[in-house]
Amino acid sequence: MKMDLVMIDVLLFALLAGIGVALITGPLGTFIVWRRMAYFGDTLAHSSLLGIALGLIFSLNTTLSVIFTCLVFALILVGLEQNKNLASDTLLGILSHTSLAFGLVVITLMPNVKVDLMSLLFGDLLTVNFKDVITVYIISTITLLMLVKIWDPLLAITIDEDLGRTEGVKFKLVRMMFMLLIALVIAVAMKVVGVLLITSLLIIPAATARSYSKTPEQMAFFASLIGSFSVVLGLLASWFIDTPAGPSIVLSAGLLFLISLTNKKNQ
Amino acid sequence: MSSPLITLNKVSKYHNTKETLSSVSLTINPGQIITLIGPNGAGKTTLVKIILNLIDIDEGVVFRSPDLRIGYMPQKLHIDQTLPITLERFLRLTEKNTKICSEVLEEVGIINQMKCPLSSLSGGEMQRALLARAILHKPNFLVLDEPVQGVDVAGQEALYKLIEELHRKLNCAVLMVSHDLHVVMSSTNEVLCLNNHVCCHGRPDQVSKNPAFIELFGESTNTYTTYTHHHDHKHELHGEVKLSKLDENGFSHD
Repeated sequence: MKMDLVMIDVLLFALLAGIGVALITGPLGTFIVWRRMAYFGDTLAHSSLLGIALGLIFSLNTTLSVIFTCLVFALILVGLEQNKNLASDTLLGILSHTSLAFGLVVITLMPNVKVDLMSLLFGDLLTVNFKDVITVYIISTITLLMLVKIWDPLLAITIDEDLGRTEGVKFKLVRMMFMLLIALVIAVAMKVVGVLLITSLLIIPAATARSYSKTPEQMAFFASLIGSFSVVLGLLASWFIDTPAGPSIVLSAGLLFLISLTNKKNQ
Repeated sequence: MSSPLITLNKVSKYHNTKETLSSVSLTINPGQIITLIGPNGAGKTTLVKIILNLIDIDEGVVFRSPDLRIGYMPQKLHIDQTLPITLERFLRLTEKNTKICSEVLEEVGIINQMKCPLSSLSGGEMQRALLARAILHKPNFLVLDEPVQGVDVAGQEALYKLIEELHRKLNCAVLMVSHDLHVVMSSTNEVLCLNNHVCCHGRPDQVSKNPAFIELFGESTNTYTTYTHHHDHKHELHGEVKLSKLDENGFSHD
């Protein structure tokens, strides 16, 4: 315990960053759950590894290159979805794993760059610094504000796309904004739980919140709370029993979900 | 009467080179009730989507009146089980004014369910909820896609009554997609029978005698004609309703 002070710093930054991410993955995750886009989110998350590789190759800011890559993938997916010749889960499966594999290969092949693959895949929350925390909160705030702005129209087309459009929802714009939000969130969530586990942070708190909610807004709010609580629990585990932070957070979220299953009131 | 709300002129729509709609022309005037019937795959849904301006057409022209306000009632809602939403919130998606929401719920008769989760509504209540949403903005044109689907027979009648009532109150045109030939005939000004092309079109009694219609609906048409005939007869006999049941067996001569 000779580095107690430093460790407190590390824990504080990790906690702040984790909660900052959980605050936005909760509400956004509710839409991923309602729109049955878990696999879609997974595909985008995997493509972010390719984004990192591209960022390294062209020496760009990795956050920006991840956002950009995710957006491009989101557009490709939406475009392919219109073309219903291929079952869309097959399509997502192909893209998801191809982009993950491609990202891994590119990163490994790059000379002069030594990247810790484990931290990319499973997150590296305990290495976040003050600057990272600021980045997380800036992006989270922007994302949250944008989500509030498109909340009603997005909910309307989630419930029934034709009905929403008939009532005047500009659905292409709203869907595009939604994709952008997912890309933004993936870019910040990557640091917390890593490429492979991002979707869990979107889906598990939202699914857990379902049993305690009567309205969409309640569910979004509870998802934020539950996500933040998972971050706290996971970091505590990481602190006291020295488990990896990202997976511990996901595991905590999973446990909270199991507990929520006992609440049948709002099912 | 004022100018048409919407006019389709020789509209065609292709799906992978197959023609889903072929040169369909249709005019909807204010206050008119049109029923759209046709077998599965006849392009009914495609036509509705074109009218709602949800899909582009490949050929032809669509004119919409500048003051066209469409209220749309989809066939069925597929709300994911994981989405908790109350009836009130469902309406507030498009109308922030709670007072208007409760007025409309009062009108369709499910005001008591206002705070209930949508998933707890019965089939009939759900259809009323959809109707409520459709009339929230006082449309002058209601598009109803199989409005009585999943509702028991007694409920269906009540629902049709409600639609007629709303039609009168709002003074709106109604386009109803239907499978139920009885109702098509009783409350409609005009029937459009679709089978990729407009197979026949006109007043209910005209359409029911049209050979194309009979060919398309065969058996059902017979049921229908018997039904109407029977109905007329019963009406003339007044109090002798019970007799008409007995009569029915030997009725074919009439």
